[in-house]
Amino acid sequence: MDFVYIERVLPLYKRAAVLTVRLGIEGTLLAIVIGLFCALILYEKIPILRQFVMFYIELSRNTPLLVQLFFIYYGLPKTGIMLTPEICGVAGLAFLGGSYMAEAFRSGLESVEDIQRECAYSLGMNKVQIMRYVVLPQAVSTSIPAFLANIIFLLKETSVFSAISLMDLMFTAKDLIGLYYKTSESLVLLVVFYLMILLPVSIIGTVVERRMQYAGFGA
Amino acid sequence: MPDLGLEVLQKGSNFIRLIEGFWVAVEISLFSIAISIPLGVFLGILMTRKNKLIRFLTKFYLDFIRIMPQLVLLFLVFFGTTRSMGWNLSGEMAAVIVFVLWGTAEMGDLVRSALLSIPRHQYESSVALGFSRIQTYFYIILPQTLRRLIPVSINLITRMIKTTSLILMIGVVEVLKVGQQIIEANRMTSPNAAFGIFFVIFILYFVICWSVSMIARYLERKWS
Repeated sequence: MDFVYIERVLPLYKRAAVLTVRLGIEGTLLAIVIGLFCALILYEKIPILRQFVMFYIELSRNTPLLVQLFFIYYGLPKTGIMLTPEICGVAGLAFLGGSYMAEAFRSGLESVEDIQRECAYSLGMNKVQIMRYVVLPQAVSTSIPAFLANIIFLLKETSVFSAISLMDLMFTAKDLIGLYYKTSESLVLLVVFYLMILLPVSIIGTVVERRMQYAGFGA
Repeated sequence: MPDLGLEVLQKGSNFIRLIEGFWVAVEISLFSIAISIPLGVFLGILMTRKNKLIRFLTKFYLDFIRIMPQLVLLFLVFFGTTRSMGWNLSGEMAAVIVFVLWGTAEMGDLVRSALLSIPRHQYESSVALGFSRIQTYFYIILPQTLRRLIPVSINLITRMIKTTSLILMIGVVEVLKVGQQIIEANRMTSPNAAFGIFFVIFILYFVICWSVSMIARYLERKWS
């Protein structure tokens, strides 16, 4: 281990980690919004839109992020849609994550029993109130474990961003290996940085999941 | 309607080349899954043991593989081990090693949860009937878990096929690389080829993974 070298390249890794986390968070947030909309459309069985959403979910779940990114980054400019690498990355992540989030929310929504809706209805609540006060609170807490698993999955998937020339952790590591030939040090730093990003989320996920089981949800 | 560069596919054997490139990815994932299934079953059985040390080691292995992006694992094997151990790995070989490590971990977890879903009395009854431990697993437990396992392991195959797109980054010539080569070769005659080629690759991945996951969904519905 060459600690002088590690100290010298540490700032580069820090910058890359910040970029990875930032794009990961942006993509995940967008994915949550898309997922919530899609799940509601599926749950409310809105015609036409529903078929659309089902097609989107199949399309995005059955293709790898790298292929999606290549299509967005190299393919779309040919039709006149020019995007910066950052926007491409976030868009790709949101496109992929939206369907995973939708599935997580949908299974949460479906876990709320019909009787709950019927009771709320007989208490005189309208559709929006039922959604807001009865269904969503229960559905969200059931889908939290799947939701956190998806966040980890999406943060992991950001590693392919290096293919569209974003200076993320993978890119930095590969670049430095090529420049200085200090393979072991670069790779150790890469692993350490990914652990620093992913381990906290994973631990939170485990704790939350355990609490949900105690509470009797999602068991 | 702008030129979308789909005509490149009709030139020469370009489409066949793309399919061949895709086949490389499928081959690597099928080969890896064939090795991971027996290893995963073994790991899964190990994970249900009560021994603290075995539990810790298997959990550590599973968590490490799970938490690292697959691309990082590929880099670790392809660049890391070759440098520190001084051997020479082809990209394909590194990919197979990583996919076997990853597949074994995922398969082990699936086997573990399938084993835990078998009611206790099945184990106890077989002990009462005088089966040995190996006989219990072989004749009673595994046949029952197999049914639950087949749909989920087919899902694992689709995940693996999707992940094989990453092996482009360690220099294996697979469908994306072939696509890039075709685009570069036709840069002058059809500058829009990037759209057509990447669109076709997108659809290719979708068709294969979607049909495989349909089979999994059908089996899941039929057997549960």
